[in-house]
Amino acid sequence: MTSPQDWPLYEVFVRAKRGLDHKHVGSLHAADAAMAIEHARDLYTRRQEGVSLWVVKSSDIVASDPDDAQALFDPAEDKIYRHPTFYDIPKDVETL
Amino acid sequence: MSAVTAPVADRALMTYVLRLADTALVLAQRLSAWIGHSPAIEEDLGCANIALDLLGQARLLYAYAGELEGAGRTEDDFAYLREECDFLNATMAELPNGDFGQTIVRQCLLDLWRLELFERLTQSTDVRLAQIAAKAVKEIRYHVRYSSGWLVRLGDGTDESHQRVAKALTTLWPYVTEWFAEDAMEQALTERGVAPSVAAVQVGFETRLAPILRDATLTRPVDVDYRWFGKRAQHSEHLGHLLADLQSLHRAHPGAQW
Repeated sequence: MTSPQDWPLYEVFVRAKRGLDHKHVGSLHAADAAMAIEHARDLYTRRQEGVSLWVVKSSDIVASDPDDAQALFDPAEDKIYRHPTFYDIPKDVETL
Repeated sequence: MSAVTAPVADRALMTYVLRLADTALVLAQRLSAWIGHSPAIEEDLGCANIALDLLGQARLLYAYAGELEGAGRTEDDFAYLREECDFLNATMAELPNGDFGQTIVRQCLLDLWRLELFERLTQSTDVRLAQIAAKAVKEIRYHVRYSSGWLVRLGDGTDESHQRVAKALTTLWPYVTEWFAEDAMEQALTERGVAPSVAAVQVGFETRLAPILRDATLTRPVDVDYRWFGKRAQHSEHLGHLLADLQSLHRAHPGAQW
C-alpha cells in the first residue's frame, strides 16, 4: 500500500436531504474509493450534514479552462429571455 | 435520595453496567491519543469520531450506574474520582496504542466483541440497558467497518504491514479470553435475561472474526490458559498511567466546567 502522502485526492459531494442534489463540499486523500467514502463520512458528515455521499477522483474531473471563461460564459449575459422568470411559482414549492 | 451507605438494590446489574462503561471510557481515552499523530489527518478524524462515540456510550452507562446505586454519584464521579482498583474495564482496552497496526487490531477485536454483546443487549429484559444498547449498536457497526477495513488492508498489504498486525494479534489475543471467562455474576444476570449468554457472544464473535482474518491473511492465534481480569479490577500496569492523565484536570480543578 502507498503511504498517505501518495494517496490520490478525491472530491466529496454530500446530499443534505432526500430530494436535494449532491453538493461539492471539499476534498480528501484516500488509498481507494472505499476508503474515500469512509473518510468522507468521518470528515464531512460529523454534524448530520448529509444522507448520501459521492466521491470521485479529482484527476477524473474534466474542468473548463479559466482562460476560456469569456468565450464560454459571457455570451449568455444579454440573453435574459432564457430565464424562466415569467412563471408563477406556487408558494409551497421550496426547493425549485 | 438514599444515603451513601445504603445497600444498592441491584449490585450485580450496577457492576455489569460499570464494566461496560469503563471499557468504553478507557478505550475512548486510548484512541484520543492518536489525534494529531495518525498516519493521515483523515485517520485523526476517524479515531476521534470513534472515541467520541465511546465517550457518549460511557456517559449513558455511568448515568445509569449512578441511578442504580442511588447514592447521587454522577458521570464525572465515576470517570474522574475512582481509583485504578475501582475500574472494571476489560484489560485489552487499557493496553498501549503501539503502532497504528496494533491500535487497529485492538480496536477490531474489541469492536467485534462489543457489537456481538450490544446487539444481544438490545434484547435485555432490563429496558434501560436495552435502550442504551440500541443506540450504541448503530455506532459500533461503523466502528467495525472502520477497524476491520483497516485490518484487512494492513494484513493483506505489504510484508511490513502484515508482520506488524500479525505480531499485534499474537500480543493481544491473550486478553480476549477474559471476555469469555464467565463469572457467577454474569451467569446470574444471564439467567435473569439481563445479560446475554457469554458462550453465545463468544460464538458470535468468532463467527464475525473468521472472515476478516481470512481476508487479512492472518491466522487466529491459539488460546492461552492465563486470563487477565480487568473486569474484576485486576489490571495491567498501564491503567494507572492512563487514569493519571485522564483524571489530572478534574483533580486539579474539581468540578471544572467548559
